[in-house]
Amino acid sequence: MINKKNLPTCALLGLLSIAASAAGKDLRIGLSGEVTSLDPHYLAAQPNLTVGRHVFESLTDVDSRTRLIPGLAERWRAIDATTWEFSLRPGVKFHDSSPLTAEDVAFSLTRPLSIKGSPGGFASYVRAIETTAVVDTHTLRIKTKYPYGALPEELNSILIVSKKHALNANPKDFDSGRALVGTGPYKFVRYRRGERVELARNDLWWGKQPAWDRVTLRIVTADPSRTAALLSGELDAIEHVPSADIKTLKKNKKLKVIQTTSWRTILLHLDQYRTHPPGVTGNDGKPIAKNPFADIRVRRALSMAIHREAIAQRVMEGLAVPAANIVSPGVFGHNAALKAEAYDPVGAKRLLAEAGYPNGFRVTLAGPNNRYINDEQVLQTVAQLLTRAGIVTRVEAAPMSAYLGRVRKQETSFALLGWGSFAADLALRSLVATPNPEKGWGAWNWGHYSNARVDALMAQALASVDHEKREALAREANTLAMHDIAFIPLHHQVVSWAMRAGLDYTPRTDEFTFAHHFSAK
Amino acid sequence: MLSHALRRLLEGVLTLFVMSLLVFAGVYAIGNPVDILINPQADQAEIAQAVAQLGLDLPLWQQYWIFLKGVLGGDFGTSFVTKAPAIVLILERLPATLELAFIAMVIAIALGIPLGLLAGLKPDSWAGRAIMAGSILGFSLPSFWVGLMLIMVFSVQLGLLPTTGRGATVDVFGVPVSFLTVDGLRHLILPAVNLALFKLSLLIRLTRAGAREAILQDYVRFARAKGVPESAVVRVHVLRNILIPVVTVTGLELGSLIAFAVVTETIFAWPGMGKLLIDSINVLDRPVIVAYLLIVVILFILINLLVDLLYAALDPRVRLQETR
Repeated sequence: MINKKNLPTCALLGLLSIAASAAGKDLRIGLSGEVTSLDPHYLAAQPNLTVGRHVFESLTDVDSRTRLIPGLAERWRAIDATTWEFSLRPGVKFHDSSPLTAEDVAFSLTRPLSIKGSPGGFASYVRAIETTAVVDTHTLRIKTKYPYGALPEELNSILIVSKKHALNANPKDFDSGRALVGTGPYKFVRYRRGERVELARNDLWWGKQPAWDRVTLRIVTADPSRTAALLSGELDAIEHVPSADIKTLKKNKKLKVIQTTSWRTILLHLDQYRTHPPGVTGNDGKPIAKNPFADIRVRRALSMAIHREAIAQRVMEGLAVPAANIVSPGVFGHNAALKAEAYDPVGAKRLLAEAGYPNGFRVTLAGPNNRYINDEQVLQTVAQLLTRAGIVTRVEAAPMSAYLGRVRKQETSFALLGWGSFAADLALRSLVATPNPEKGWGAWNWGHYSNARVDALMAQALASVDHEKREALAREANTLAMHDIAFIPLHHQVVSWAMRAGLDYTPRTDEFTFAHHFSAK
Repeated sequence: MLSHALRRLLEGVLTLFVMSLLVFAGVYAIGNPVDILINPQADQAEIAQAVAQLGLDLPLWQQYWIFLKGVLGGDFGTSFVTKAPAIVLILERLPATLELAFIAMVIAIALGIPLGLLAGLKPDSWAGRAIMAGSILGFSLPSFWVGLMLIMVFSVQLGLLPTTGRGATVDVFGVPVSFLTVDGLRHLILPAVNLALFKLSLLIRLTRAGAREAILQDYVRFARAKGVPESAVVRVHVLRNILIPVVTVTGLELGSLIAFAVVTETIFAWPGMGKLLIDSINVLDRPVIVAYLLIVVILFILINLLVDLLYAALDPRVRLQETR
């Protein structure tokens, strides 16, 4: 019974949707990652945030080059070293037409702390906040526990929810859309888990109205299928174009590929704290008397033995830019004067001999094989280049889940990691600062690199509420860490979008895909 | 009959227990989901807190005990990444997988048995040889490659069918199904064919082998000598006798279609259980992985039971009781 009644309706709906898309008001985007939760404060994963940022907004925003711009806060200033004042944009309305107030913001900034049982929540971004005081409906004063210049950057990651709807809301209320009331350019329509998120334009939005009435974010995690869906015209645009397809798509006149350097830096951590790092032996297979990585000449030799240009052009098929910085070009604290280490195998051998390893030694290079672009091939190439320079390198690649398990058990000593950050001082704090659980430093400093000067400069930068002064300090700390080869930077990834030829997209360094940033020609 | 079912039930419970133990320990051995999912900005204290809140800092036996207590109370745990009950996530995906698997099985049976019979009865004919050659292809081509080729040919080149995803659904008794809508059927065809291909080849070979054996049997010769029409010989004497192995294999294969359609579901972005499993494995979402595999074991137990019952219906010699 049911089927017979519904058949004509469905066919009609199908026709309608075709007609609507022909009018150019629909945009269908293929996302590469699984959206797991629509609660904007539950799991800080890129696909979840992608959906979240269509519906919600944050106090501060970042432009396509990761630089801070006003978001829901029109402006902000540091009143003193530990007090920030944020002034809200006037006239902003939630999707239910209620006005955005400082109360909603204060609620949203504390909500991440109340979320329990998340494997990766948002509490880290508000860790520095001592109190949030509502001065008037459009002004907030945030007191930090210590002088903290990176607060505006951190607040970019906290989406502002409507207190009325999100108070006492559980994850189910968000997944069903009941609590999904934001101020963003798109309103929530429907979520089919594992399949798609449908959105409709928010006519009340304060910003420039996006070109699309309706947006469908389709989840297509298999790379070739995403490309196929674009080729068949089922999708208008896709993110994270598989590297193997880029050449063919570029040749296709009906399509367009847009690329930019991503914020993701691929680097190699070196164990600099254990006398006998696991996997490091002499050529006879016996342990070496001391840790070779502790010697900067060895670290430099390793860096010189890597042909970054060849990796970027051949292995990465152009999807990489050789790196010499902890952050990508253009990102806060990047130093353009640093040049990627030139390929110099002869020089590498000389340095190794100087350091007391004329015949090299053996190492094991570990890394993931399903996380970064062509990650396993990069590992293999680095291993071959190092072996050629006299350091016999064995590769141990594993899926990210298993790989990180080994890293946490400290079973690796030479390990690949990718890192994306808004600011060099934030990246340094995680990757390079001397590990210190009390201060929260060096949580990802796998090699336990430690340099008091770098630590001090980074701490000064983070404590500086003067944006320019902070950037100068962050740049200096970054430069020092790079000169000291705290880790070996390999490359910054290039991120790609493909779309039909009639569309345009402002590519984003932070790899986000936003329907409202697509335009029709 | 009753004792048979009871024994099966006991075996099933034991299997479930062993399975849950193995999977639990296995996922634990791989690593900690917090390592993969943690916010990169998190410091050591926050990482430790996240681990503790999920109970992942407890010794393995204690974690397992908590899980076991939950299961006895009907709670299979909460998914780490979605914060939804694992069982809800799986049941939510079940209809999509079931309809895909059943349609694939229907395709495999509807084509496999007649083609296999044809190849078995006329092994040296042109058609018989072609069917056998085709079944070799069905066996040997990797499923993900065939899936991509289907998409490239039928969706990208010819533009006949959608590339990926599930089509429009209608609710039947509250269960969303897509095979009752035109759009839904169009989305179903390619993944179902892709999933059916291997099973189709299997059924062809099985039926052919059975048929070839059966036509040499005395009862077939006698029937023919008696002047029974050829169609009746095939239907009554050949087909009926080869159905027993075919039913066994079909049952088990249906189970594996439902449980492990991972490749097809991933390629076709089909929101089924297999896709859920692989996504969960990638982020070590243990509650979902464990609950999923337990449900799969239950599924196999049920299918086995069903196959046994069908046996008895097909072969009067089989009695579902203990023979002493």
